[in-house]
Amino acid sequence: MADREGPAVQPLAEMSAVEKSFPGVRALDSVRFDLFPGEVHALMGENGAGKSTLMKILTGVYQPDGGEIRIDGKRVTVPDPQTAQSLGISIIHQELFLMNELTVAQNIFIGREPRKGLGVFVDEDRMIRGAAEIFRRMKVAIDPRTEVGQLTVARQQLVEIAKALSYDARVLIMDEPTSALNETEVEHLFSVIDDLKSHGVGVVYITHKMDEVKRIADRVTVMRDGQYIDTLPAADTPMSTIIQMMVGRDLADQHRAEGQGSDDEVLKVVGLNRGSIIRDVSFSLRKGEILGFAGLMGAGRTEVARAIFGADPIDSGDIHVHGQKRRIRSPSDAVAQGIAYLSEDRKHFGLVTGMSVRDNITMASWKRFTSGNVFMRDGSLREAARQYVGKLKVKTPSVNQETRLLSGGNQQKVVIAKWLLRDCDILIFDEPTRGIDVGAKAEIYRLLEGLAAQGKAIIVISSELPEILRLSHRIAVMCEGRITGELDGRTATQEEIMTLATQRQVSAA
Amino acid sequence: MTDTAQDKADNLTSGFFTTATLQKAVAFAVLVALLLFFSLFAPNFAAWNNMINIMQATAVNGVLGVAVTFVIISAGIDLSVGTMMTLTAVVAGLILTNLGMPLPVGIIGAILFGGFMGSLSGAVIAKLRIPPFIATLGMMQIARGLALLFSGARPIYFNSTPNYGLLSPESSISKLIPGLEIPNGVLIMFGVAIIASIVLNRTIVGRMIFALGSNEEAARLSGINVHLWKIVTYGISGAICGVAGLIVSSRLNSAQPALGLGYELDAIAAVVIGGTSLSGGRGTVMGTIIGAFIMSVLTNGLRVMGVQEEWKIVVTGVIIIFAVFIDNVLRKRT
Repeated sequence: MADREGPAVQPLAEMSAVEKSFPGVRALDSVRFDLFPGEVHALMGENGAGKSTLMKILTGVYQPDGGEIRIDGKRVTVPDPQTAQSLGISIIHQELFLMNELTVAQNIFIGREPRKGLGVFVDEDRMIRGAAEIFRRMKVAIDPRTEVGQLTVARQQLVEIAKALSYDARVLIMDEPTSALNETEVEHLFSVIDDLKSHGVGVVYITHKMDEVKRIADRVTVMRDGQYIDTLPAADTPMSTIIQMMVGRDLADQHRAEGQGSDDEVLKVVGLNRGSIIRDVSFSLRKGEILGFAGLMGAGRTEVARAIFGADPIDSGDIHVHGQKRRIRSPSDAVAQGIAYLSEDRKHFGLVTGMSVRDNITMASWKRFTSGNVFMRDGSLREAARQYVGKLKVKTPSVNQETRLLSGGNQQKVVIAKWLLRDCDILIFDEPTRGIDVGAKAEIYRLLEGLAAQGKAIIVISSELPEILRLSHRIAVMCEGRITGELDGRTATQEEIMTLATQRQVSAA
Repeated sequence: MTDTAQDKADNLTSGFFTTATLQKAVAFAVLVALLLFFSLFAPNFAAWNNMINIMQATAVNGVLGVAVTFVIISAGIDLSVGTMMTLTAVVAGLILTNLGMPLPVGIIGAILFGGFMGSLSGAVIAKLRIPPFIATLGMMQIARGLALLFSGARPIYFNSTPNYGLLSPESSISKLIPGLEIPNGVLIMFGVAIIASIVLNRTIVGRMIFALGSNEEAARLSGINVHLWKIVTYGISGAICGVAGLIVSSRLNSAQPALGLGYELDAIAAVVIGGTSLSGGRGTVMGTIIGAFIMSVLTNGLRVMGVQEEWKIVVTGVIIIFAVFIDNVLRKRT
């Protein structure tokens, strides 16, 4: 299809039948992608669809297991990012990689500074002239002598683009370039992109934002679960079709959450705000309920969870626990209110990996296991730990095993055990099954359902739509720091969620 | 709680040879090897009198090492232990000599003052978010300056406290068991070590310190008040410095306000040689005591052999690097 729709010239870059597996995951399964000179080709798909992996292969960060890459029709291998650069392939990451204390010109020419005086001294003047020349071509007014740290994010991004152009990039990959920009900055970026197009540069544009695709892209390729779905012209494909393609897996006979929790409201959040990351978030959570938080990466779900847990400060907003307004300013305040947060990054934020299963399970409750508030009662600690190891079926040779030696699923169970032992009844799970294999996933799901049935109130943040639909009684969807809608878990569809998750600047809540 | 068969099985898998124990064993083996070597090649090294010299020389560094062990296990560092020791000795001098108070008041005063100053470091680190290296570097200078100010830059003698020698040079145990002339200072060091071991391994304080050192963020997100426990950790370190201050001033029968700089590095060296990881979360007090002994055996042995004194410093440097290398190797193994 792509061949039919594309301009009748040779593609700049062409990837076909690309395969890539990681231990336990088939990240890319026979994926194809092509890019013509002077076009903007949007690459879309849910989190984990394989977009980043595909681009990492094109830029030499990963090596493909199979398939081929052609640049200007010639077959190439891209063993490392340096080779990609010399082939004219550059990427602008979502997180910029600039050195704030250096000037714009120094950043652009880092590692290949023009020299003078027998190659001993850096020729600053030539660097500044070179940078100014690139900006002139981009029709951008940035003084190459400015320190990068003084520039706005939008202008730093333009510096990154200039840096790419200084390498004579013809394939420019932009990973969600507008996520930190305001309207005017976005317009400016688009005019720069239009200009690049007219110079024959091809742009791969990774985004979740439908309106941008309409505005800037010529073609759209959709990926899903590591597979190539289709490539369509951007202008005359309805957004609903694209969303359909992104989530198109069949979940008709999928198991859904049963019941709907009680009417007993355990947690109520009103008007939570934190900078531009959390905007006026309000919701409530009931006893025995699983509330799913859906949204794309960066929508602000984790930030909301951390704010409720007191891990990050908030600008405004009220948190009511069991009907009472509470000030939660630190995780220990939150835990005292029975709120637990289980981070997606268990190794850094959930477990003390160098400590034993016993110590990790009991950690939040140590004070309870002391004689005279001083001496640890190790016997009781062991007893309690063993009890929860049994209850949650943690597979470990003993409670003295260091937790770093456990599998992901069992580590997650240890973290859950920690909070159950601490008597927390509001459990916030952030990506509860990340890094956990398929079999253990089902077990974690059953565990969460069991906990809800016992009357715990549970929030599940997940980027996997099937997971959200499988577990949630109710689903809150977030986009750009706002809750853009709430759905009934029994009837919600992937399409509905995706539509809400990409709904920008709606006067929600 | 009785030991069941399950407990025993658990204890077995708990790793009798955890890296910390294993490294302690390596350090101990090095100590024994050094003792054997010097006994064979250095005349009179093995004499009982010389052994007492070695123990006496270890006492102060050993106690300071224990102080730093707490802090290093919490993934911090304490550069102020040397001058803090001096400052507490001066405080003891002020209480006993200048104010003429009885000995127990001087002892308690020195230890409490050390604990207070240590907590200040901890508060600066926790509340003001100053890195431990900087905060305790500052405290090192503050303590040095205060010691000089409090004493008028002159030694304070303990002549009005005739039993002050009890704290280090005298040997009370030899009165019970004639011939066992182990100085009290050495017994105090072992006492401090045993109590410190119990605190680290058996109390909630120790558990918190290990948790802080292994993963502070995970501890914080488990609802643990990490600020409080940091202050406690540095407070304990300061209080133990108070004990070291008493020992050192007792041995010299005076508080020497200019003393102290450089002691912190020897203490850190003892900790590192003893197998405590500078990245925190792992370590033992007994390892530190062994480390302190290795250092004084080296000094003493080389001196008895007639080797130029300065070589000891070089060899200590080599041993520190070697100890950390062993640590890396052992850690990769698991």
